[in-house]
Amino acid sequence: MEHYNMNLTLKVWKQKNSNSKGSFETYPVKGISSEMSFLEMFDVLNEQLISSGKEHIAFDHDCREGICGACSMYIDGRAHGPWSKNTVCQLHMRAFKDGDTIVVEPWRAAAFPVLKDLVVDRSAFDRIIQAGGFISVNTGNAVDANALPIDKKDADTSFNAASCIGCGACVAACKNSSAMLFVSAKVSQLALLPQGKPERESRVLNMVAQMDKEGFGNCTNTYACEAECPKGISVANIARMNREYLKAGLSTES
Amino acid sequence: MGLTGLFLISFLIIHVGVNSCIFLNDGGETFNAVAHFMSHNWILRFLEIGLFAALILHIVQGLVVWKQNSAARPVKYAVNAPGANSKWYSRSMGLLGTLLLFFLIIHVSKFFLDTKIALYADGGAHDASHNLYAEMKAEFQKWWVVVIYIIGVISLFWHLIHGFQSAFQTLGINHKRYTPLIKIIGIGYTVIVCLLFALMPVAFYAGWIN
Ligand code: HEM
Ligand code: SF4
Ligand code: FES
Repeated sequence: MEHYNMNLTLKVWKQKNSNSKGSFETYPVKGISSEMSFLEMFDVLNEQLISSGKEHIAFDHDCREGICGACSMYIDGRAHGPWSKNTVCQLHMRAFKDGDTIVVEPWRAAAFPVLKDLVVDRSAFDRIIQAGGFISVNTGNAVDANALPIDKKDADTSFNAASCIGCGACVAACKNSSAMLFVSAKVSQLALLPQGKPERESRVLNMVAQMDKEGFGNCTNTYACEAECPKGISVANIARMNREYLKAGLSTES
Repeated sequence: MGLTGLFLISFLIIHVGVNSCIFLNDGGETFNAVAHFMSHNWILRFLEIGLFAALILHIVQGLVVWKQNSAARPVKYAVNAPGANSKWYSRSMGLLGTLLLFFLIIHVSKFFLDTKIALYADGGAHDASHNLYAEMKAEFQKWWVVVIYIIGVISLFWHLIHGFQSAFQTLGINHKRYTPLIKIIGIGYTVIVCLLFALMPVAFYAGWIN
């Protein structure tokens, strides 16, 4: 695609901290290259803001290559913007044209309070992982990789679930702010493997309990999460977690 | 939600089946006979209590889900494009259910209560002469009753287009081969049941059956 430059109008959510009430601010940005990423466009804007003595816009980012899940922005009504299976750092400005007005908001969920501007607190996800997203292993030498036979299909399904980067787009896009896709990916990746079997029942019960405690909503199977997930995590994982949960709830041990 | 929803779905099969007897166009003879059997069989009377329990439970679950889910996003998006990632009816189950509830209140107070009054008032003196078919026919001469029923059926249609497959996912059933099949059966079920239900008031109103 041919390179072009564009002038844009940005409407960005500005909020001082989690206790203050935020509002939208309008910023004109000029001479943005179609080859830039959305975050680089923000870098240009922030440089301009800083050099003119104004406050910059705070946003989360880290890897800038689509693997860490930090870059969380709700762009023009979509989690991570107009492209599907994509993160904001991998969203390129060629998705927009000259003269566009772009509205950028933080993830909206009671469980993800806004810390500043576009930055939200996603530690609720960490606490869900702490509640059961682990396996117990004996210390000592690492076991031989082929010591445990694993069905190729299970290995692949587990690997796909494990590709969740914890970005929270599923929660952001869900009308119920439900975290079921994230939690089910974390439950599935371990439930499918022999290493995950010892804590299988307590894991799903504890992680779901923590999820509810954090104030995420209930899943009503709209499947918006799957459509907006940058890693294409399947809602089949949610069904698997429901299965795991029912089984664990019915078993006498837990 | 899944279990109660599926129970209500299975009830609707019986309900639409019995009511479809009116299409035999025999002056309601078959329909009245089946309806009489349904209201006098004690097993069915027992199931009827279960039906009301399931419906009430389903509504209570729906309200709880709705309340918790509204609380999960206190600040809404200024700009939102949910149509890009999900179907409108999957996001409108509460609204569709509420429309259904209003319809059901009207529906039950018309036909169900009249049948019960005939059964029990004055020691069942009106039971033998109670003609549900004639009552249906009379009700469906009024255009506004027909309109209310059509609105009810349309709400049911969209509620079930999402609800049927959704119930299976909730119960943990999602399978490469069977889920597409469940979706097709769900659409087939919904289209057939809703079409038959919608035809009943329309057929009486238009005089196709009498
Ligand atoms: C004939 C009547 C009805 C049938 C057959 C029916 C069936 C269903 C089914 C199968 C589901 C999906 C369950 C799941 O995904 O686990 C559902 C969900 C739901 N129903 Fe009903 N329903 C009926 C009436 C009602 C009524 C009267 C309400 C009233 C308030 C209601 C409110 C809801 C709500 C709020 C959900 C939400 C769950 C979601 O968003 O997926 N339903 N229903
Ligand atoms: S499931 Fe997808 S959308 Fe949700 S946190 Fe993981 S990668 Fe992000
Ligand atoms: S910055 Fe790491 S995924 Fe975007």
